[in-house]
Amino acid sequence: MEKKPEHNIKAYGNNFTTMTPGPFAIKLRTCKIWQFIRFIVINIKMLVVVRKSH
Amino acid sequence: MARLVVLGGGVSGHTAATFAAKWLGSAHEVVVVTPNSKWNWIPSNIWVGVGEMSKEDVTFDLAPVYSKAGINFKQAKALSINPEGSESSGKPFVTIEFTSKGNEGKTENIEYDYLINATGPKLNFGATPGLGEGSELGEFTVSVCTADHASHANEEFQKTIQKMKKGERQKFLIGTGHGLCTCQGAAFEYIFNIEHELKKAGVRDMADVKWISNESFLGDFGVGGLHMKSMGFAVSSKIFAESLFTERNVDWIIGAHVNKVEKGKVHYELLDGSMGEEEFDFSMLIPPFAGVGLKAFAKDGSDITSTVFAPNGFMKVDANYSAGAYENWKASDWPSTYQNPTYGNLFACGIAFAPPHPISKPMSSPNGTPINPTPPRTGMPSGIIGKAVAHSICDRILKGENAPLHEASMAHMGAACVASAGKGVFTGTAAAMTIYPVIPDFDKYPGTGRDTDYTFGEIGLAGHWIKHILHHLFLWKAKLKAGWTLIPE
Ligand SMILES: Cc1cc2nc3c(=O)[nH]c(=O)nc-3n(C[C@H](O)[C@H](O)[C@H](O)COP(=O)(O)OP(=O)(O)OC[C@H]3O[C@@H](n4cnc5c(N)ncnc54)[C@H](O)[C@@H]3O)c2cc1C
Repeated sequence: MEKKPEHNIKAYGNNFTTMTPGPFAIKLRTCKIWQFIRFIVINIKMLVVVRKSH
Repeated sequence: MARLVVLGGGVSGHTAATFAAKWLGSAHEVVVVTPNSKWNWIPSNIWVGVGEMSKEDVTFDLAPVYSKAGINFKQAKALSINPEGSESSGKPFVTIEFTSKGNEGKTENIEYDYLINATGPKLNFGATPGLGEGSELGEFTVSVCTADHASHANEEFQKTIQKMKKGERQKFLIGTGHGLCTCQGAAFEYIFNIEHELKKAGVRDMADVKWISNESFLGDFGVGGLHMKSMGFAVSSKIFAESLFTERNVDWIIGAHVNKVEKGKVHYELLDGSMGEEEFDFSMLIPPFAGVGLKAFAKDGSDITSTVFAPNGFMKVDANYSAGAYENWKASDWPSTYQNPTYGNLFACGIAFAPPHPISKPMSSPNGTPINPTPPRTGMPSGIIGKAVAHSICDRILKGENAPLHEASMAHMGAACVASAGKGVFTGTAAAMTIYPVIPDFDKYPGTGRDTDYTFGEIGLAGHWIKHILHHLFLWKAKLKAGWTLIPE
């Protein structure tokens, strides 16, 4: 049976060797609570890189 | 009183001019020469191109901002530089041609003590037959490189949605329109925004979406790709990019030099030397970039363009242009002060400086056609370099002409990049990435060339929030509103 995140893979096509996210990873991408936490983390990481660049 | 002339009021020139005006005060003069009356936050053109923002949302009038900052604004384009002056005057000058209503075509010579060239790219549509004429977009494809182009792209995009609603299948082909293009990131953002909007409009099933690019692997982005720490691995951007393309059902053609565009069809050559064709109903292809074509003349009027500019039209600076083959490349080939080696009072920043060589590994087809991305100089490096150059010049004006120059090498600088993959407060996503340093340093970081503690990337709604906040933050900063100097470049 074809699983949702895998249904775009074409046998021996361009994307046959590709990593695909599972439903949980996809859900997390728009999960508001998790993304709020990531928002804080990414901002901190970016500020560190910005500081290192000046 | 010293006069600093800045050519180009884009990301880099605007940053340089506004900081210089602040640091120099009214004792000295800052002049900005730029052909458009409006400033454009280019990254948000992507959202104009899918109808999620209007042209007005991403632009504002420059005149009131420059008047507030005490900057002398000339709505004009620079034509040539006389870095030694002329036979009648020893003072260097730049020749400009006005573009403002009522003044079109009038020329003026502006003398300068220091000159910054921040003229960005010429959108070289003319390099690919059928893509356009010179720097003018052609009739077969669309572009998102300017706010006007993006508005037009959206009009064409909306037509395709109407057609799909009537049951007509549409094919979208998005990517780069030449083997030597840069700015893959913008095309990447556009294809995923298109895909997102098609889903929102309920017509995704009626659309075939395909990517075409000169990258030798997906996720090269003109920086040779990057490795990011994830789940205990240093994962290549190839894996991330391929994963996203597969998840969104976007097929790809890579290592492609688009050599001809016709109505509804592109012709291309691949890295393996084979030729192919691809049909489309809607296509956005980024053009290759060149310098804007400024000329330079010596005191006696002789043409010294090749002394000041590289053959691609970008200005020579303190880079090592004789690094030669790929095996010899060093991070230290990249410029740090952006001073022209022949004329010490000439500087270039942003896209206008000539890079010493590509960042991606150079490749060509067996037919000898070079097919590899040329180096991008994205917003953050363009802003940081503009500020560093302004700092150097202000120091030389205020502290004396031997004041040390400020350095901002892309080999010691990171870049934060947020690539939108669809807009929406709760449904949007973007790939938030940092890369450190931008130019890989294989001596310092053997293997990946970058510090994987400071190079990361992930896709999610948080990235979209950041992209949206940056849109407002940078427009605020560019308008010189309260606290603008606190917002980093
Ligand atoms: C669609 C798109 C999306 C992008 N998204 C991102 C992103 O998300 N993040 C990011 O970091 N970067 C992004 N970039 C790249 C970013 O826009 C550039 O790095 C940045 O604009 C470069 O700044 P610049 O000042 O060198 O050039 P520009 O911003 O292009 O400014 C050049 C200026 O010079 C003027 N000019 C041209 N010719 C002359 C002349 N003869 N005389 C005087 N002035 C002249 C032009 O009118 C313009 O105002 C994107 C680019 C595009 C096209």
